[in-house]
Amino acid sequence: MRPALRRTSDGDDVTAPGNPSLGNNPRLDRWVSMCADGRVLVRSGKVELGQGVLTVLAQIAADELEVDPARVVMVPALTDASPDESYTAGSLSVQHSGGALRQVCARVRTLFLDAVAARWDVPADDLRIDDGTICAPDGRRSSYWELSGEVALDQDAAGAGARPAGVRRSVGRSLPRLDVPDKVAGRRRFLHDLRPPGLLFGRVVRPPSRGARLLTVDDARARAVPGVVAVVRDGSFLGVLAEREESALRGLEALRAGCTWDQPGTLPDELDLAAFLVGAPAQTVVLHEDGPDGDGPDGDEPPAADVRTIRARFTRPFLAHASIAPSAGIAQWDDGRLRVWTHSQGVYNLRTEIVRSLGLPPEDVVVQHVEGAGCYGHNAADDAAYDAVLLARTVPGRPVQVVWTRADELSWGPLGPAMVVEVEADVDASGQVRRWRHDVWSNGHSARPGGPSASPPLAAMHVADPAAPVPSTDPPLKNGGGSGRNAVPGYAFPRQRVRSHVLTTMPLRTSALRALGAHLNVYAIESVVDELALACGADPVEYRLGLLTDPRAREVLVAAAERAGWSSPLEDPAGTRGRGVGVARYKNTGAYCAVVAEVEAESSVRVARLTIATDVGLVVNPDGVVNQIEGGALQAVSWTTKERVRFDTHQVTSQDWEQYPILTFSEVPPVDVVLLDRPDQPSLGAGETSIGPTAAAIGNALRAAIGVRVGSLPLSAENVVAAMDASS
Amino acid sequence: MSAAPAAEPVRLHVNGVEHDVVCDPDTPLLYALRNDLGLVGAKFGCGLGLCGACNVLVDGHPTHSCDTPVWAVAGKRITTVEGLGQDGRPHRLQETFVEAQALQCGYCTSGMIVTAAALLEREPEVDEAGVRRALDGNLCRCGAHNRIVRAVLCARPCAGRATGTT
Ligand code: FES
Ligand code: FES
Repeated sequence: MRPALRRTSDGDDVTAPGNPSLGNNPRLDRWVSMCADGRVLVRSGKVELGQGVLTVLAQIAADELEVDPARVVMVPALTDASPDESYTAGSLSVQHSGGALRQVCARVRTLFLDAVAARWDVPADDLRIDDGTICAPDGRRSSYWELSGEVALDQDAAGAGARPAGVRRSVGRSLPRLDVPDKVAGRRRFLHDLRPPGLLFGRVVRPPSRGARLLTVDDARARAVPGVVAVVRDGSFLGVLAEREESALRGLEALRAGCTWDQPGTLPDELDLAAFLVGAPAQTVVLHEDGPDGDGPDGDEPPAADVRTIRARFTRPFLAHASIAPSAGIAQWDDGRLRVWTHSQGVYNLRTEIVRSLGLPPEDVVVQHVEGAGCYGHNAADDAAYDAVLLARTVPGRPVQVVWTRADELSWGPLGPAMVVEVEADVDASGQVRRWRHDVWSNGHSARPGGPSASPPLAAMHVADPAAPVPSTDPPLKNGGGSGRNAVPGYAFPRQRVRSHVLTTMPLRTSALRALGAHLNVYAIESVVDELALACGADPVEYRLGLLTDPRAREVLVAAAERAGWSSPLEDPAGTRGRGVGVARYKNTGAYCAVVAEVEAESSVRVARLTIATDVGLVVNPDGVVNQIEGGALQAVSWTTKERVRFDTHQVTSQDWEQYPILTFSEVPPVDVVLLDRPDQPSLGAGETSIGPTAAAIGNALRAAIGVRVGSLPLSAENVVAAMDASS
Repeated sequence: MSAAPAAEPVRLHVNGVEHDVVCDPDTPLLYALRNDLGLVGAKFGCGLGLCGACNVLVDGHPTHSCDTPVWAVAGKRITTVEGLGQDGRPHRLQETFVEAQALQCGYCTSGMIVTAAALLEREPEVDEAGVRRALDGNLCRCGAHNRIVRAVLCARPCAGRATGTT
């Protein structure tokens, strides 16, 4: 249930009562078809990203139709067939697609009941449905499948009189994921595994650095590689096509060796990234203001003599998606019509981008989703699809599969933006916060294809007639925000001011990475709150409870603390351990999560244990939620303790798993998750909610272990030592 | 544009069956498996021997098929995730991975199962720390690690068969 990241400019207020998915796709037959053979086809515009969403949606549909979930076939998203639900992002799939399916299926069920009632002349209320079989009290039976040809679903869901099934058979149970059997057996399931007849293997030579321009290419050696079919060049976009995959790779290397490039250095100094972010041209937006913000003489409340100001700076580097599979795409042109297979987060959005970039009529382009490896935001899936489109255009009639290299995946995919956060809190002698200020500097967190501020596909910026790069932007805070996501504290502080400074220049392409700005914003806020607690000698959990008014936030905090044994002292024979806590409501409108972390700080920072409590509203699939919470938390451990994209003045240099290490089995702590079920509350996405609180809990645990606050992520030995030096 | 690939067949012994694969002998085993034999369980992750997604067993040892040329394994016993089960029944690990729902995206899964199968063969009583050590070369970005460890521990002969979905 990590419906990954977020809708962008067309995003929706998650608290809005209207369901955008249904509003944009009102017709029943867009969503559901009954088959005479006893299957129910369910179409969602949301896609499987490894988060298990299709299983959850099948559960919701099955309950509302009163059928066994095994009958439900989830159809992969396909343009012009599936509902257009924009991106699978923002942890909104269960809310949006699930909510729509609930209404649609209730309406479908009602239509069938009414049809049977009319035919048999019995009240619809007397009919019962048992796994799709409709039963009358007198023993007569019919079924969805029998009537599939007769009950028309070519009408809007909005029709009055849908009676919800009101029974939960599947929802609330840990139904095993539908895709797991194929994946443990090694069956063909991923886009990378597809081998349509006539497939050619395509590979792209990416420029050696960000600003590079291809001057000359000698492709004789590449063309001489047995199996190579063609070399494709368009400006600085260069690729090779081959009958065999290993030929494509050899062709790629031969081609690379034959290139000369013009390579200006365009990247800032990685070792002084914070100075770059704070100094670069940016657009400043006041995201939130609460109460007068004066600090005299023009303000209305000059600081009192007993008020002191706490200031702290927090930074994070650029982060890579670092999915285990490099991005891939397949495309095939036939008579000017184009078909694309992609692991993009939005098939309609990708189509919009292709149509816009190539000037094609939309009806000539079909885009279908096929699963890829784990997707944690806007990765290179759309770019790889576009690469395939460009290469395939030169070989009409033949499908072309492009798979990125590991180096390109880590260096050319959109990155999670580097960020700086400064928090300033005025505190009086009693430890009360009198004023709170939060400033965040960052590149934008959104460049998704298809939107108004979309960044062009990577290859479109490299062709001879290139599209200009578009600096990424932030979605508005009411849609969850980007840099400012979770920058507004969930605490009752007076006189708050939260600003974002979004860079208008973009040396490294950035876009949405799981939780967006929430990772560093929650880290920062929870760090300062911890310092405030320490300063007045309060227990960090008690101190937070004194400031939290939302009962659901309080409950997750108490639940995590209790489960972690917070009230008993931490065993720490060697004096190297610490325990810390972090809590947040994701996006301030989503799921609640509190984390207690234990760390051990010796030669490096090791997370020894995580205890997490979460409230995601009604839980559709408990094990699915736990899986998402664990996964988010472990990814946050990895980002927070280890990860940093490295670069020089020309290019990202962390291009393999040795230069960009991620958490390994021996470093993974035990994770204990407590789920607070709220059957009476709407379901909220779980995939991103544990990121910020986990990072914060680790930082606070490290503070407890070493007595020093480390504001620079990752919490590497280098950054920890620097913080210790600075404090001594 | 170019000549057809060299037509010297390489004999590969995969999952108990002999195959003659016509390809350049330097072809990575991964591509011969996926593209010539249609066995797509082993995955491309890095091509550099650093992630384990492509792991297969060569004479029982976990091996990166991405950087192993076919000439080096000619005549050796190769087992992929598709060949781990016996008599039409899945390998015990394939069952425990389902029971523990030990994955998210599942792209790392076949490499994990193959590596763990060799581990259990070698060390049927392995403990949790041993499982973690053995899997340290297999990366998972989704954070399914603890579930994977649980699935491997449950597949030990000593664990019995009484496990359930979490
Ligand atoms: S693909 Fe072989 S080790 Fe990564
Ligand atoms: S389950 Fe996705 S990489 Fe392991």
